[in-house]
Amino acid sequence: MEIWLIMLLIGILTFSIRLSFIVLLERIQLPEAFLRALRFVPIAVLSAIIAPELAMKNNQLFLSLANPRLLAGVAATLVAYRTRSVVWSILAGMAIFWGLKLVLGM
Amino acid sequence: MEKTASQQFFSGVRDELPILLGVIPFGMIYGILALSAGLDSLQAQAMSAIIFAGSAQFMTAQLIKTGTPALVIIITGFVVNLRHALYSASLAPYTRKLNAGWKALLSYLLTDEAYAVTITRYQNEGAKAFTHWYFFGAGLALWTSWQISTAVGIFLGAQVPESWGLDFTLPLTFIALVVPALKDRAGIVTAAVASLAALIFFGMPYKLGLIASALVAISVGLWMERK
Repeated sequence: MEIWLIMLLIGILTFSIRLSFIVLLERIQLPEAFLRALRFVPIAVLSAIIAPELAMKNNQLFLSLANPRLLAGVAATLVAYRTRSVVWSILAGMAIFWGLKLVLGM
Repeated sequence: MEKTASQQFFSGVRDELPILLGVIPFGMIYGILALSAGLDSLQAQAMSAIIFAGSAQFMTAQLIKTGTPALVIIITGFVVNLRHALYSASLAPYTRKLNAGWKALLSYLLTDEAYAVTITRYQNEGAKAFTHWYFFGAGLALWTSWQISTAVGIFLGAQVPESWGLDFTLPLTFIALVVPALKDRAGIVTAAVASLAALIFFGMPYKLGLIASALVAISVGLWMERK
């Protein structure tokens, strides 16, 4: 019973967070600086998700040529810059990732 | 020519497909973990529908397992999902004209993965007549595969070896979405600051490091733009 209650409350809270500004913004006028800041949200959030995925291992910084995720991430960045294609970026990144893991015997 | 609702919908589904590659193993692992945390099959599956947020579900299952007091679990879930407020704010200008039903539906479907492709679409094209169908398509594709992969995890157990590293396709997809969006110096600096800050704040619990990094980077971006 308690588990259901926990899930339901977290579900309601999560939904409210997701709905928050989508509903708020139609009612109140937000400061202009706030609206300009929104342009940077996806760049900032996605970069903050990506960096630790590439450069951390077991909660430690892992900046090394022996880090397949880091090198594959750099390769994917270059491919994304050139092609602007999600599919090519993933293919290049995974190819380097698997190739390096093979070479490094991981 | 303006795209129709169904064109937008399927375009959203298609753009979400590469992301599913990384999400499906994640959903299976969640299903397995939820059972091992002592949830029954129905509860494990229901959590994927009721909460519908990967990291919060992992954490909730983990905390239930260790017998954490309910209030602590609920607060933790809330904090872990706070980052969605950033997504909500960022999408709000584009969803303004939709009716309440659409707003509720799209908010329910608003995950990291649906946000990543949807905001890219909105920033590239603006809000066209049917762009919310794109959002719906991306969100529904993710929702469906999350429910199914949870079920697979619950009923079949782990079949995808972890060493494949399919989870790595997620950051790769995000890279492919961010890089083309870096069009000026302010944007590039924002990305660099966010990356660096995320490494520095990595130790912060409940994904607060993510929010802190984003806020620092957004402030720097704004300041750069003003110069």
